[in-house]
Amino acid sequence: MPYICEIRKKLNEIKEKDEVIILAIETSCDETSAAVVKNGRAVLSNIIASQIELHRHYGGVVPEIASRKHVEAVNPVIDEAMREAGIGFDRLDGIGVTYGPGLVGALLVGLSTAKALAYALSLPLVGVDHIEGHISANYISHPNLEPPFLCLVVSGGHTHLVWVKDYGDYEVVGMTRDDAAGEAFDKVARVLGLAYPGGPSIDLISKKGNAQAIQFPRAYIDEDHFDFSFSGLKTAVINYLHNLKQRNETYKIEDVAASFQQAVVDVLVDKTIKAAEKTGLSRIAVAGGVAANSALRQCMTIRTREHGFELFYPQLVYCTDNAAMIGCAAYYKLIHGKIDDLFLNVEPSFSKIVADRRQY
Amino acid sequence: MKVLAVDTSSLVISVAIVEPKILIAEYVLNQEKNHSMKTVPAIEMVVDDCGENIKNMDVFAVAHGPGSFTGLRIGVATIKALAQALDRPVVGVSTLDGLAFNLAYAEGLICPIMDARRQQVYTSVYKFCDGRLTRLEEYMAAPLKELIGLLSKWDEPVNFCGDGILAYRQLIEQEMGSRARFAPPVHALQRASSIAWLALERALEGQIQRYWELKPFYLRKSQAEQKFGSFDGSKEVSS
Repeated sequence: MPYICEIRKKLNEIKEKDEVIILAIETSCDETSAAVVKNGRAVLSNIIASQIELHRHYGGVVPEIASRKHVEAVNPVIDEAMREAGIGFDRLDGIGVTYGPGLVGALLVGLSTAKALAYALSLPLVGVDHIEGHISANYISHPNLEPPFLCLVVSGGHTHLVWVKDYGDYEVVGMTRDDAAGEAFDKVARVLGLAYPGGPSIDLISKKGNAQAIQFPRAYIDEDHFDFSFSGLKTAVINYLHNLKQRNETYKIEDVAASFQQAVVDVLVDKTIKAAEKTGLSRIAVAGGVAANSALRQCMTIRTREHGFELFYPQLVYCTDNAAMIGCAAYYKLIHGKIDDLFLNVEPSFSKIVADRRQY
Repeated sequence: MKVLAVDTSSLVISVAIVEPKILIAEYVLNQEKNHSMKTVPAIEMVVDDCGENIKNMDVFAVAHGPGSFTGLRIGVATIKALAQALDRPVVGVSTLDGLAFNLAYAEGLICPIMDARRQQVYTSVYKFCDGRLTRLEEYMAAPLKELIGLLSKWDEPVNFCGDGILAYRQLIEQEMGSRARFAPPVHALQRASSIAWLALERALEGQIQRYWELKPFYLRKSQAEQKFGSFDGSKEVSS
């Protein structure tokens, strides 16, 4: 029977099933990950092979090296995910995979692998938007969380405020106009001579610094929209250090890091609170690698409590890139019949969620 | 024994199925580059058109390099995942071996040249003796001049194939005159049938791998590694 006929039959069977199990693959940046997820929220395994140590030598992710490592790691990582879940391929109901946005060469490895698995195992293929994956991480950590809610997605590649109206129904209410928040952390960390990745390094050293020592700019904070800009802040930090060096003055790295971090956090929290008020949403979720930042967590906790909003965070392991969140997002697409054919291509710089954006 | 092979190392997408004594099907697309979209559908089409099922394939083979880094990864990742899903062995065949095999029974030497950019070609030198392809040189990424110098140690005619002849034919003719011969377009480019046939020969001799052992054979380090060095302790070895 041709692939597409088998898939139609499978989709009908899935409607009757109590247990729907998905193998998900994520290779959009420098983490090779595979996960087995049951009914969208029960993570049976979530294996992550990180390349961070390798890329640290180059001060950032080198796309060609990342792609080379993915193609070596992806199959053993899948085997490990299946072994840990304790099931064989015959128990799967679908293959989920990140198809973008991300590094093109890195995405291609995961997508080619997923397409071949889906075809050979006669399973539905579900392409997942990486941003949708991050949002879905909250469903794993909070089994009772249901749409609608407002989600701040902050990572090395993204800074988006997303109104989650329903499963698969999103509206971006704000996003960065230049650098992602995590990108600003990486760049400022490099200037300060701190280790890559910059987020955890700055978070750690900031604990010993004074966050009010230097008043760095808070872009758009008084403006009546929910977009972000972090490139000016990065430049302000660089100029500040440059001026001090020219005058041969010393500075405390801890204070610079803490003040920079506070400027990022203030804007993120402020815009999120205002967006929640405007959309009338009382539940706020945070997702993405920067969601692990302790200052953001602390500040967001205080401000949401002041406003009586409910706050949700994924567990740390689901903040950074992982396949479990992709499996969760893929589940909701699959049960709604939103699947892809074998022609699915990568979308390195396109997100459907973002493309559907209306001006807020 | 049925062998399914793909070659996505260049502009061409090619898929073939062979079994001993017979080429069952072959697909060659030499058009715009869209390997990521079309490779798995091409496999599906070839398998369906011969009334076969992917689950009936015994060995999965791939042109694992050299070639376009991205193209190689699409082919290798696809083949590895097919083998993983169905628990079958894999065979990685050098793209250059495959190109040379396009000119099986040619008189003299066979020299595939693939445009490797940066004024270089991926190449090696072969001869067809006693019904078998024999490689006489290492796989290399070298400037064309260097290759022509190397070829001067033989006096036999040299049969060139590969997409490098599009860029370098004139230069080769200038340097080598009538000693150089050029494959017609239908034999000049990557054919999965050649990869499949060489893989079949190797599989029958027991030269198979498990999917986790197969890697692209890039022949070149990434630019970052060339500039700053490698830090993962792995070495590129020819295979």
